[in-house]
Amino acid sequence: MDVTFTIRRYQPEVRDDPYYEDFEFEAEPTDRVLDCLNHIKWQIDGTLAMRRSCQTGICGSDAMRINGQNRLACKTLLQDVGSEVTIEPLMGYAVIKDLVVDMDPFFDQFRRVKPFMMNEGSDPERERVQSQEERERFDDTTKCILCAACTTSCPVFWSDEDYVGPAAIVQAHRFIFDSRDDGTAERLRILDDAEGVWKCRTVFNCTKACPRDIEVTKAIAEVKQAAMWGRV
Amino acid sequence: MAQTHTYDALVIGAGGAGLMAATYLQDHPDVKTAVLSKLYPTRSHTGAAQGGIGAALGNMGEDNPDWHSFDTVKGSDYLGDQDAIEIMCGDAPEVVYELEHMGLPFSRTEDGRIAQRRFGGHTKNYGEEPVRRSCYAADRTGHMILQTLYQQSIRKGVEFHDEFHVLDLIVEDGSCRGVVALELETGELHQFRSKATLLATGGHGQVWSTTSNAVTLTGDGLTLAARNGIPLQDLEFYQFHPTGIYDMGILITEGVRGEGGILRNNEGERFMEQYAPNLKDLASRDVVSRAIYKEIRAGRGIDGKHHVHLDATHLGQDVIENKLPEIADFCRTYLGLDPVTTPMPVEPTAHYGMGGIPTDVDGRVEVDEQGNTMRGLYAAGECACVSVHGANRLGTNALLELVVFGRRAGNAMAEYCAEAELEPAGEAPMEQAREAVETLRTRDSGERPADIRREMQELMMENVSVFRTQELLQEAKEKLVDLRERAKSIAIDDRRKTFNTDLTEAWETVGMVELAQVITECALNRTESRGAHSREDYPDRNDDEWLKHTLAFRDDGEVELRYRPVTITKFEPKERTY
Ligand SMILES: Cc1cc2nc3c(=O)[nH]c(=O)nc-3n(C[C@H](O)[C@H](O)[C@H](O)COP(=O)(O)OP(=O)(O)OC[C@H]3O[C@@H](n4cnc5c(N)ncnc54)[C@H](O)[C@@H]3O)c2cc1C
Ligand code: SF4
Repeated sequence: MDVTFTIRRYQPEVRDDPYYEDFEFEAEPTDRVLDCLNHIKWQIDGTLAMRRSCQTGICGSDAMRINGQNRLACKTLLQDVGSEVTIEPLMGYAVIKDLVVDMDPFFDQFRRVKPFMMNEGSDPERERVQSQEERERFDDTTKCILCAACTTSCPVFWSDEDYVGPAAIVQAHRFIFDSRDDGTAERLRILDDAEGVWKCRTVFNCTKACPRDIEVTKAIAEVKQAAMWGRV
Repeated sequence: MAQTHTYDALVIGAGGAGLMAATYLQDHPDVKTAVLSKLYPTRSHTGAAQGGIGAALGNMGEDNPDWHSFDTVKGSDYLGDQDAIEIMCGDAPEVVYELEHMGLPFSRTEDGRIAQRRFGGHTKNYGEEPVRRSCYAADRTGHMILQTLYQQSIRKGVEFHDEFHVLDLIVEDGSCRGVVALELETGELHQFRSKATLLATGGHGQVWSTTSNAVTLTGDGLTLAARNGIPLQDLEFYQFHPTGIYDMGILITEGVRGEGGILRNNEGERFMEQYAPNLKDLASRDVVSRAIYKEIRAGRGIDGKHHVHLDATHLGQDVIENKLPEIADFCRTYLGLDPVTTPMPVEPTAHYGMGGIPTDVDGRVEVDEQGNTMRGLYAAGECACVSVHGANRLGTNALLELVVFGRRAGNAMAEYCAEAELEPAGEAPMEQAREAVETLRTRDSGERPADIRREMQELMMENVSVFRTQELLQEAKEKLVDLRERAKSIAIDDRRKTFNTDLTEAWETVGMVELAQVITECALNRTESRGAHSREDYPDRNDDEWLKHTLAFRDDGEVELRYRPVTITKFEPKERTY
């Protein structure tokens, strides 16, 4: 099929302002949007800049706005978005070039929630025992690949860049609801803050955006509950 | 402006191997450590690993490390070094517990222990029957390992230079003194000086057109080593995983067969019964990949196409949704089919390099057939060849290798750094890199790097893959000479400095053509069949002449091959049947 990709370009060494550029070519309906971007980069215009690596939706590099929605380019087939496709970088972080945004603030937000196991006791010789039910309790949020699709779709985050954002809360959830972790009080203290969970206005954009089908809004709600009671 | 940074220890690569080493180095406050990675750490391909990490925990049936060692040796077609294999399988339970203590969310058994599943070639009692040895977190084991190790790096305060693409090593008078790297965001070159440098740059599946490997897995560490006079070991041994999604190469984990999935040809026949009567679908990967090729050649591919079926329809919704959710998602997203009701179209896909940079069991890089090492240079993970996989790797042993040998390399580096002095480093590597980058960035016309890459990938897929012959290899060798020449004069579109991936991809491509030459040369010279290296003109294993490792030294266009003995401790080579 004939397709037109309209890409928001930003080439800082060439011109100061961003602009849109059209690319027309042929593709298969079952091609991934990423295949099309690769085609453009490899055959039409090598200056196009984007991040991508695994091409199968697990590395989290290629989140971008596809027809106005945050998605992973490698998990979106052409047949699901049509033949006229507009591609833009994620919103809310500074654009470095074309589709590449500065992710440092995102990873700083992630670090704020102390995303690592805190365990007070000494380690047993073998594994710690955890029941299947306890493991299931936080399964959903372990799937996060830190792609930023959720955070950069959140209107609260757009208007307040200090808001910790859905992705960081998802990461906090993964530990707060892990029976092996002892850092709940500390994480809740961090999140029970003006820039923490209470900023969330339950818009559900994050859940819609998540390429891993994580119930982000639900996770946030559970963290709110925990923050309210000071425990899980 | 050139910037210079000085550390004690440098880790190149932030996948499982690099992060494991870095967290251990970070335990030594007097060893100043930094990790350089061309990707953000969490983008590393360790995250794509699905099926599990092997360890004889015995949580779901009797098991012991010695059986694991035997299976690994046999899987390697007796080319693995048995001293290293014993270390790996012996340390396995401890490192898996360590990962659990770090917080890795393993799937659990009914009594709350780490869950384990069957995997190809892993058996009970020296080959008797399949054993549950693969410790898993659904089919997201690699994702969980990568996340967990990154979390630990944050906890310990490891310093990262993300999106720094290493272009060269600084090697002088037989020691490694750091690296030269390109900062992607600014396009500036940086010199990093160090006492000890670890290469943990991952695999090189992008040498082939159908692969389970990320587009960034371009074997950079191997090229860096080879260009600095360091030999590459056993590169003729490259694993084709039996079950890649047809035409896409995306991996369908062996865990599917571990859970009971069955391979079928166009007649619906479970053909593995003929090729491996005992372990059937759970035979070792080289065996299964060859069987699939043979079925397809005999006209028993599905609808005359280059694939067979992987049938999981009898496993039931529950097993698929809970134990193989990612696979289900791949099938639904990319194929529009549901594995609960429809078999998956699969063909072998280029997956894993058994060969790599030769190291001893502490990651020290070896530079000759006597095993002499280079001061200050270490390697671990897929880019290294210890060698625990020999001629064919068993599933779950790569993740295990990352953790076991990443840890050992980190410890050895810390010890070395405590005693060693920082050696002076000249400007030459930096100047050479600058000149090469500038030449590439400003060349006016030439072929597109993507075209060269594609042509090389297709050539390697046709001529240097599952089945090989003198003729095919000779043809590949000649065509690669031509590709190499053409690669010298490629031109890119992007003349700017900021985030110039046109440039870095071109750089990777040139390196891969060089690597393809080495692979082909190694394969051409080995006139026997062993593990993943299957020569139709020499169908038998020949221990008398070939029970030895290849060492390939690359000097510009020429490849010199030397050989070194295999370490055998307990298990004498035997005929290998499954
Ligand atoms: C789809 C798939 C599934 C798998 N499943 C399993 C499994 O179930 N069990 C198992 O045991 N094994 C599995 N494997 C194999 C295993 O996952 C890999 O061998 C292993 O993860 C490699 O880890 P690594 O740390 O060596 O490299 P990677 O995780 O690939 O990391 C490489 C790192 O090097 C960096 N790098 C590379 N080049 C440069 C450069 N020039 N400059 C700077 N940085 C650089 C990258 O940025 C990256 O951080 C699987 C492999 C694949 C592809
Ligand atoms: S929660 Fe989902 S959308 Fe948000 S960062 Fe994680 S994977 Fe991406």
